[in-house]
Amino acid sequence: MASHVEPRRFYIMKQVLRDPAAEPAGGAKREVPAPARAGARKGPGSGAVDRTISDVPLKTVYGPNDIAELDLTRDLAWPGEFPYVRGIHANGYRDRLWTMRQFAGFGTAKQTNERYHFLLEQGQHGLSVAFDMPTLMGYDSDAPQARGEVGKCGVAIDSLADMEALFDGIDMGDITTSMTINGPAAIAVAQYVAAAEKKGISRHKLGGTIQADILKEYIAQKEWIFPPRPHMRVIVDMIDFCTREMPKWNTISISGYHIREAGSTAAQELAFTLADGFAYVEACVAAGMNVDDFAPRLSFFFNSHIDFFEEIAKFRAARRIYARHMRDKYGAKDPRSWKLRFHTQTAGCSATAQQPENNIVRVAFEAMAAVLGGTQSLHTNSMDEVLALPTEKSVEIALRTQQVLAYETNVTNVVDPLGGSYYVEALTDEMERQAEAYFSQIEEYGGVVEAIEAGFFQKEIAEASYRYQRSIESKDRVIVGVNAFVKEEESHDIDLLKITEETEREQARAVQAVRSRRDPNAVQSGLERLQRACRDPKDNLMPHLIDCVNAYCTEGEIVDAMVAVYGRYTERSIF
Amino acid sequence: MAARPLRIVIAKAGLDGHDRGAKVIARALRDAGMEVIYTGLFQTPEQIVQTAIQEDADGIGLSILSGAHMTLFPLVVEQLAAQDAGDIVFFGGGTIPPEDAGALKSAGVRAIFTPGAPLQEIVDFVQRECGKRRELVG
Repeated sequence: MASHVEPRRFYIMKQVLRDPAAEPAGGAKREVPAPARAGARKGPGSGAVDRTISDVPLKTVYGPNDIAELDLTRDLAWPGEFPYVRGIHANGYRDRLWTMRQFAGFGTAKQTNERYHFLLEQGQHGLSVAFDMPTLMGYDSDAPQARGEVGKCGVAIDSLADMEALFDGIDMGDITTSMTINGPAAIAVAQYVAAAEKKGISRHKLGGTIQADILKEYIAQKEWIFPPRPHMRVIVDMIDFCTREMPKWNTISISGYHIREAGSTAAQELAFTLADGFAYVEACVAAGMNVDDFAPRLSFFFNSHIDFFEEIAKFRAARRIYARHMRDKYGAKDPRSWKLRFHTQTAGCSATAQQPENNIVRVAFEAMAAVLGGTQSLHTNSMDEVLALPTEKSVEIALRTQQVLAYETNVTNVVDPLGGSYYVEALTDEMERQAEAYFSQIEEYGGVVEAIEAGFFQKEIAEASYRYQRSIESKDRVIVGVNAFVKEEESHDIDLLKITEETEREQARAVQAVRSRRDPNAVQSGLERLQRACRDPKDNLMPHLIDCVNAYCTEGEIVDAMVAVYGRYTERSIF
Repeated sequence: MAARPLRIVIAKAGLDGHDRGAKVIARALRDAGMEVIYTGLFQTPEQIVQTAIQEDADGIGLSILSGAHMTLFPLVVEQLAAQDAGDIVFFGGGTIPPEDAGALKSAGVRAIFTPGAPLQEIVDFVQRECGKRRELVG
């Protein structure tokens, strides 16, 4: 059991001032010694303080030598200029703040709809839909696989009827919606389009994002349906459709969040996510699309973990790598295709069940890293998410954290305030170097899909997460309240939100009612046409999916029809 | 004569794909000298108990982070009883609120480990409890 540890101050200012590299540069080239200061700090964690949370070795101080290779024009430039390491907008947050977007969804569509009305009234800008596990895996709420899971991790959406209830009383032409769903993403888009068009809102006016990043499902999150190759076809069809028919829709959100949550390092998150992004670009180009037609609407989704500067460096490196590859490797000509835009969420895996109020503080630091890294939108986690779904109170604190950051701290006034910092620039370079090394390894496998099939990513992540857990066990790394500063006999007096079994029964009854009142012939013929399209790679699946949805085919029925053609994926388990 | 190492099934049930914890525990138990069978994802309670019986396992560790713990843990307990395997040490972990953990322990789950539980504590528990089971069952 962890013992109680007295709080200790961690100042090491004296040592820093004695370091020769900290003196004014004066143009003199001096090799900065790698400090070997194990033991300089006493107390918990003294063994690991010289590495980032992702194991990048750190010096005590950084100086001109550390950025000697950096070409100010080629590698840095100004915000809004290629390679965009300093940001994609010349004026940063002065012109436009990031979008405060809190992910929410639980229980039935009606319950989540009430939470959405609450969030919009609180000043939130956009909605973000969390779906429950059966929906994410393509099962209806009354399927045997759904038992115990309905409405637990998010909202249950079985058919168009649920999507209509979810957006009841909300002007879908006025808000933007982010939907976190991958395996059945194309079906969710079809449902969203159909729900809006039933209200008389054209698909051309719909703004938002769908995650639809199936590659990271095989790598980390494990919410797949079909095997990788046919799944890529479904995604490419969806991107193609949205590019042509939904001009305000961001077609895919390529996500590192889950890769990080699965235990990767920052560099792995960066490398694997960008590799996935490039794989989609290659797949769309191979399907005959012009890179500048679809690339401006690709976006990314990163994790913001607790190692403050490493995260900032990761965000900056992501923009530079992306810009270089898009312009130089994929031949994009439109500057909008070079700009990496991203959403950030604070790290769920950095939250602790012990002393959960401490998570408020962690979230604040992680949110600030995301903002200093130039995020376009942000979700701040609630303190109690490690215990259960967040309560309204804790969601409000999380949103207020962003508002304090945006309106009180003044960090929004100057673009890329850490640009030019010896440390941050050196760490940004290091992130880029590590990512490029991973790209070469992936290429040796023959590409992302091949590397997935070989279990490469899964093994890398399992190794990293085990190493990380070991460092906490050994107390090389301190987690406040977990392996240091522990309170014995801790009791929780925060309220937790519970989803009852009644939700499951209610949702199962609802989907059965939908099945009994629709036109069975339209269902049958819709699903048959969909299956024919699945067999014909030239026939885009999206119009067929929209037809099925409008006939009130359930998600489970649509998925089953497609599984009959494509099969279901099973993975080799590696630990 | 060296005893056969303890054999543990680490399982994921339902639709929950969060396998980071399960894999870390599997590694930790293996590093502590046990034989570990990881079931992979999306197993039913029936499959998990069958695997444990077929593998002659001393313990089953079930990881659930999807919120379905109050449904799936009791189903495994039920299956253990139904298949006359109540001697297998059944424990688990995940995002499980304290009062649910209490209820699950009353229902027959021997221990529930929540986020932040030290690996050593889990290893010690498994060695102690599964070791006792081994002495009884042989």
